[in-house]
Amino acid sequence: MKNDRYIVIVGCGRLGSHLANHLSRAGNSVVVIDRDEPTFNDLSPDFSGFRVHGDATQMAVLKDAKINKADVLIATTHEDNVNLMVAQVARGIFSVPHVLARVFDPKREEVYAQLGIDTICPTSVAAEMFLRAVANVTTEREGAQS
Amino acid sequence: MKVLIVGGGKTLYFLSRNFASRGYQVVIINRNQEECVQLARQLSATVICGDGSDDGILMEAGAMGADAILAITPNDQDNLVICQLASLKFGVPRAVALANDPDNAEVFEKLGVSGFSTTRIVGSLIEQRASLEQITNLLPVGEGRVNVTEIVLNDDSPVIGKLLKDIDLPENALVAVVIRDNRPIVPRGANDLLAGDRVVLITLPENHGPVLKAFTGERI
Repeated sequence: MKNDRYIVIVGCGRLGSHLANHLSRAGNSVVVIDRDEPTFNDLSPDFSGFRVHGDATQMAVLKDAKINKADVLIATTHEDNVNLMVAQVARGIFSVPHVLARVFDPKREEVYAQLGIDTICPTSVAAEMFLRAVANVTTEREGAQS
Repeated sequence: MKVLIVGGGKTLYFLSRNFASRGYQVVIINRNQEECVQLARQLSATVICGDGSDDGILMEAGAMGADAILAITPNDQDNLVICQLASLKFGVPRAVALANDPDNAEVFEKLGVSGFSTTRIVGSLIEQRASLEQITNLLPVGEGRVNVTEIVLNDDSPVIGKLLKDIDLPENALVAVVIRDNRPIVPRGANDLLAGDRVVLITLPENHGPVLKAFTGERI
């Protein structure tokens, strides 16, 4: 994986800040956008990227973050609709080559898959892991009984 | 005609009242429980309490059979997603989203949803009225690509006493109606114009200024 990319991360919560720290440490140029300034405190001291304070659903804020130059955009806010809008704007208007959005609602995820927006649904991912874990528990017990 | 309106506040209330009085079937989606109760009491509309960008709520509101959906919440991202879900998942033929940030009106159009910005509409209205008192009415139609303007001709207008066909009118402009003594006339080239006439003009934003100037003689 190349580590000299320009990456815009929208939302600096637990997930956003984690990704930002990680990707910045790996040598990428990272810009983080969040409308709450205190969330930038979650960035590690060695985070070498930029912080943009503002609402990413406003074009002016995305332009501030130089989204037109981005190789990757990751939308990680806690609001599905913000992520979906920002992802579509990045894709459709600024032609960002790789766009990823976090979407909690699995039903909403289906619709946006049709529109060519890559999404990651923590709900489905967690559900799958839990189901697999539960399945393992039951087979273990069956194994023990037989 | 069945219209879904998502949002709240006075705009939603008066829009719904207006639509209901025209005999449309109105379904309101609002997130606030108390406001929903109020709306249900005041209006002859179905009120659904919930998130309009949730497909379960859209289903419950009968999006499947709706003719149009209007998303006017204070959050642009919600308005966009509501309209996209309604048209992609439920096949609602007309979806219109309010762009609170005027820049987003264009963004919505590019993403396939028709958007409008009240800021822009009200702004241009005030601007045009302030610059010319004779303008009594201005209505942008076709997403602001066409202006319908009503002006009153006063005594120093350069077109007074002229026949319509003799007026040097810029390209892409039309005198739609002349209202004289409260009587509307759909004019032809052989009609003349008199002081006191109220003239309804159809213009495009790019020639709006020059056309008004041709009728008022004033600089804009």
